[in-house]
Amino acid sequence: MDVNEVLLPGVGLRYEFTNADRDHIAIVARREGTFEVSRYASDDPDEAQPLFRLTADEADTVAEILGAPRIAERFADLTKEVPGLSAGQIAVPAASSHAGKPLGHTRARTRTGASIVAIVRGDHVIASPTPDEVLRPGDVLVVIGTHDGINGVRQIIES
Amino acid sequence: MHTSLALLLELGVILVGLSVLGAAARRWSFSPIPLYLLAGLALGEGGIAPVSAAGEFVEVGASIGVVLLLLTLGLEFNTAELTHSLRRHVPSAVVDLVLNATPGAVAGWLLGLSWPGVLALAGATWISSSGIISRLLTDLRRLANRETPAVLSVLVMEDFAMAIYLPVLVVLASGGTWWQALIGVLIAIGSVTAAFVASHRWGHHVNRWLAHPDDEQLMLRVLGSTLVVAALAELVSVSAAVGAFLVGLTLTGTTAERARAVLAPLRDLFAAAFFLAIGFAVSPADLLPALPAALALAVIGILTKVATGWYAARRDRIAVRGRLRAGTALIARGEFSVVIMSLAGAASPGLGPVVTAYVLVLATIGPLLTRWSGDWRWARRTRVRGKA
Repeated sequence: MDVNEVLLPGVGLRYEFTNADRDHIAIVARREGTFEVSRYASDDPDEAQPLFRLTADEADTVAEILGAPRIAERFADLTKEVPGLSAGQIAVPAASSHAGKPLGHTRARTRTGASIVAIVRGDHVIASPTPDEVLRPGDVLVVIGTHDGINGVRQIIES
Repeated sequence: MHTSLALLLELGVILVGLSVLGAAARRWSFSPIPLYLLAGLALGEGGIAPVSAAGEFVEVGASIGVVLLLLTLGLEFNTAELTHSLRRHVPSAVVDLVLNATPGAVAGWLLGLSWPGVLALAGATWISSSGIISRLLTDLRRLANRETPAVLSVLVMEDFAMAIYLPVLVVLASGGTWWQALIGVLIAIGSVTAAFVASHRWGHHVNRWLAHPDDEQLMLRVLGSTLVVAALAELVSVSAAVGAFLVGLTLTGTTAERARAVLAPLRDLFAAAFFLAIGFAVSPADLLPALPAALALAVIGILTKVATGWYAARRDRIAVRGRLRAGTALIARGEFSVVIMSLAGAASPGLGPVVTAYVLVLATIGPLLTRWSGDWRWARRTRVRGKA
């Protein structure tokens, strides 16, 4: 799919694309974090008919609704493409000896070969965390590696 | 502490009155600026209800208002957006300048203004009000329209041109021989260039000091340093407004964004004082004789801005209706025409009434025309009737 990006000086950015139903859709991302979604009129190719506006919070929620299943799917696609590779999610229990310690302390990759590619903490995601990222109880680690590798990380974290 | 009862009362009544006027203006989605000017005319000397006690505050507030208007103009500014606009729309900016400054210059010459007055009137007819227009495009939900980038590009380049135009105007208006003017112009251009280089090379140091995480600290630091720079600029006769504009230019990124947010209410208050003060300074008796000239200029100003917008939109391959929308969007003149007048006013006494009347007309009619240009119901109706 082609998405056109147009700079709106002093306002922000406009993204436009055509969906499968041949609707021409525009999304204006304003500098202050709000969004406006419109569709171009059929009789005037330049006139946008406003559909709705989103505040920054609303846009986050919509992005999550649209994004979360897609991200999971992408991981599934990735692991399908490479034989032997899989993805797993491991929760950090409160009793874990690694809770409150930096990620690097687990030495997970050195010991198992599996990589921790993201930490899901509450409603936000830390993508490719650094070794000094401190783990908290309740964090969910997204791990990519072999089956054995992921199980190895699970044992380390849950010990 | 002695509190002036009259001051508090008058000021309070004025602010409440302005809020009523502003709400009415917003209700019909046109700019409150002409109403503020009219309120100033009514309250000033020779008006229907002269205020004496609040007058002093309004005078002081007005000079802070100009500084804040120009500071926020500078803060809006973003080098990436300028280079993007320059890449696509330099011819539009040239058309804009030639078509819109020429009528002002010719009119100034016909009215027998001094040279700085002619230059100021040319500037006042040239520059569209980016404040009114960007608000208008948001209110009319036109930001996603395909002609909007062309409109915004023209505005950005006008605002950038102010960085050169304002210092030159101030130097010429302050009088002196041709070589003094030349040196002044060079100093002005030099300081603008220096501000750009400084913001590019050391901007992050300035930003780091000013960007205190606490909003109150940020506001005090930005406002304080702007006023100091404005005063220094005034001292070397480059005008406080230009100094403030340069401070705005040096601030970038998130600091500029946060500063815009914390300064917005202050700017609104003091800018209102500025428009009131402009109304105070012009006597209603002088306004009437200036009206024919201002109306004639306004009619020409509407046509030339429509032509500018039409041309700029056509460069972006926009269809006819979009070109008309772009053209009418650019008509409104407002705060910067008034700022230009106030900077050159002392050198050219005939200028004030003409520009005030001009802005009164175009800040009112411009938004109305913009709105009508997008209202295609009449066009659709005729088409349906034609088919039947």
